[in-house]
Amino acid sequence: MAFEALTQKLEVVFKRLRGKGKLSEADVKQAMREIRLALLEADVNYKVVKDFVQKVTERAVGQEVMESLTPAQQVIKIVHDELIQLMGPKDTKLNFSQSKVSVFMMVGLQGSGKTTTCGKLGLYLSKVGKRPLLVAADIYRPAAIKQLQVVGEKVGLPVFTAGEQDPVAISKAALEHAHRHGNDVVIIDTAGRLHIDDELMEELERIKEAVTPNEILLVVDSMTGQDAVNVAETFHSRLHLTGLILTKLDGDARGGAALSIKAVTGCPIKFIGVGEKLTDLEPFYPDRMASRILGMGDVLSLIEKATSAIDQEKARQLEEKIRKEEFTLEDFLEQIKQVRKMGSLDQIMSMIPGFSPQKLQGVEFNEKELVHIEAIINSMTKEERRNPSIINGSRRRRIAMGSGTSVQDVNRLLKQFEQTRKLMKQLSDLEKGRKKGRFRLPFF
Amino acid sequence: MGFFERLKQSLVKTRNQLAEKIEGIIKLSAKIDEDTLEELEEVLISADIGVSASEKLLSNLKEKVKTEKIRLPEELKEALKEEIIKVFPAEKLEIVPPTIILVVGVNGVGKTTTIGKLAYKFKVQGKKVILAASDTFRAAAAEQLSIWGQRAGVDVVKHQEGSDPAAVLFDAIQAGKARRADIIICDTAGRLHTKKNLMEELKKLYRVSEKEYPEARIVSLLVLDATTGQNAIAQAKIFKEAVNLSGIVLTKLDGTAKGGVAVAIASELNLPVLFAGVGEGIDDLEEFDPKAFADAIL
Ligand SMILES: Nc1nc2c(ncn2[C@@H]2O[C@H](COP(=O)(O)OP(=O)(O)OP(=O)(O)O)[C@@H](O)[C@H]2O)c(=O)[nH]1
Ligand SMILES: [Mg+2]
Repeated sequence: MAFEALTQKLEVVFKRLRGKGKLSEADVKQAMREIRLALLEADVNYKVVKDFVQKVTERAVGQEVMESLTPAQQVIKIVHDELIQLMGPKDTKLNFSQSKVSVFMMVGLQGSGKTTTCGKLGLYLSKVGKRPLLVAADIYRPAAIKQLQVVGEKVGLPVFTAGEQDPVAISKAALEHAHRHGNDVVIIDTAGRLHIDDELMEELERIKEAVTPNEILLVVDSMTGQDAVNVAETFHSRLHLTGLILTKLDGDARGGAALSIKAVTGCPIKFIGVGEKLTDLEPFYPDRMASRILGMGDVLSLIEKATSAIDQEKARQLEEKIRKEEFTLEDFLEQIKQVRKMGSLDQIMSMIPGFSPQKLQGVEFNEKELVHIEAIINSMTKEERRNPSIINGSRRRRIAMGSGTSVQDVNRLLKQFEQTRKLMKQLSDLEKGRKKGRFRLPFF
Repeated sequence: MGFFERLKQSLVKTRNQLAEKIEGIIKLSAKIDEDTLEELEEVLISADIGVSASEKLLSNLKEKVKTEKIRLPEELKEALKEEIIKVFPAEKLEIVPPTIILVVGVNGVGKTTTIGKLAYKFKVQGKKVILAASDTFRAAAAEQLSIWGQRAGVDVVKHQEGSDPAAVLFDAIQAGKARRADIIICDTAGRLHTKKNLMEELKKLYRVSEKEYPEARIVSLLVLDATTGQNAIAQAKIFKEAVNLSGIVLTKLDGTAKGGVAVAIASELNLPVLFAGVGEGIDDLEEFDPKAFADAIL
């Protein structure tokens, strides 16, 4: 269920309520039915949902509805706040040893993304002045050691390997190696394992005992379903995790597992993986995750990303134009260039509320397309660029000829332009609201 | 010991709450009422079947309760199992040589491992198999596949990391023709279904198969990790559009996750589950049995 759908449903629930001052128990209960659905569809564990809904109901009943909000908005605000509370506070601090080599141990199920995350974390640490050593302790999966070696090479970090001997011995030897070679932190890549595999869970306990890690980080796939609680609970009870890293958030999973595992372990989620590139590691922001779980899109991240990559002055001019709806095809071209600086379009578009990737078809570009677009816009007259509505059939044919593209290409571009125009308007309205410091949700 | 027996054992071993819980619910409720159904919904949802598929199952169940006059909790449980079983299209994978099998899915779900297991299975059946290492992206992916190739005793065609996946498949097809292989299995890089360009790359592999080997049957298998939640539905939809999926392989069923989202996928997209992955060993692959699957959930 997309966020708009949830909002609509809540609006219907609260229609009768408009004008009333307080949220009654019956009203809140009805709204919570929809919230429950939304959370379950986001893969939050059903027990966690149950507790959550109960708690939020208690908090919401009897609350005064704020002037600026509709009752539906008010309930979502309460839910959103409560989600943030549960998943927060933001905590990306890593524990280092004062005197000795620090030891970080990565653990998790098969395929959750440990090896890649080792590389990402290593790169992150080397950027803040550490000298990490990656340690290949997955002796089971075919070519796992090789994979870490390649990853190490890509991020320019040394990788300690000792063949397929006991992972406990490997870890100890790695620590000594780090001492001798001036590495101040070792990151141990352990094999993926099932939480119910007693023998392998015991192996982790032995590694822990041998090298006393400063951090034991559970790597969890953000697409995980209801079972996330069992997994996290077992790993935590056997190893005392210090934190979590959530991976593959560049997809469109709503990531309810984040809430579930935080609820059962209490461990902070420290980082998130947002892509296959080794720079794609970001701090975890509870507020963004809350929005995502509710299907609101990652509006704040997008705005932040946009403001850091786009030239501030240009951005201001653009905003002005957008607000006055003077945004032209020339600006559009400029915009595409700017947006490309921010990262992959996929990544950016996926953060926009209401944009499921399926809906994205009309607004996506690749490099080749961009060349086409430039050519098309260059074949237009100034007048046409300023006022695309005058571009009729014969003009379209002329532009297509002039740019060496087809009329369909021109049509597509014009459509994309319209969509972008709308999108930019929404974003700018949104940011306006945010600057005023008022709580605003997109698309109300 | 068969997979589903092992699955059941692991259920017992982990004292899985689901099986016990439903027994509890059913014993407690002398007669079937709304509460019972609501609690059943919880059991279904906690197996990742999802809200809407669960609702569908339960509304069918309610009908059944009426028309078949179900009174006993034990009958109710059996009836619900039947509903689950009914959802799965009863298709089996039939190999008509020559066949190209494209194995696709998001990152880390078990594609390469499944290929190792499949290769071994076919080899034991006396078929000639060639593997194509078309995951040229992930570090050491080709090495990983090569090790599986050795284990299964089949040939692997590979290029360097970073080379064109379609070129690898092209070569594998030529090798397949020359060596009269029955089956070519193509390993692909894990990719999120939301990445447009990577999905295009996958379509290209499909087109190459069609074009370079028109006589061959193309089978596309989506590998799904049983721990995946509702996102698997989106995965299945988009991969289906891209490479015309023939069916699903559900992996990691040796854990505590039930893979219930396969029910939602089967009912929405009419896709059969063809195999179940039940461990990391070469023979930990079984034909999917909806009945045993339903038993494990309830
Ligand atoms: N327990 C268990 N583990 C499995 C199963 N199938 C695969 N795995 C493990 O899951 C991990 C990932 O498997 P791979 O075969 O490398 O997955 P992949 O989809 O090829 O991964 P990428 O190519 O990186 O996207 C490995 O550690 C496998 O041993 C299964 O049925 N049960
Ligand atoms: Mg693979």
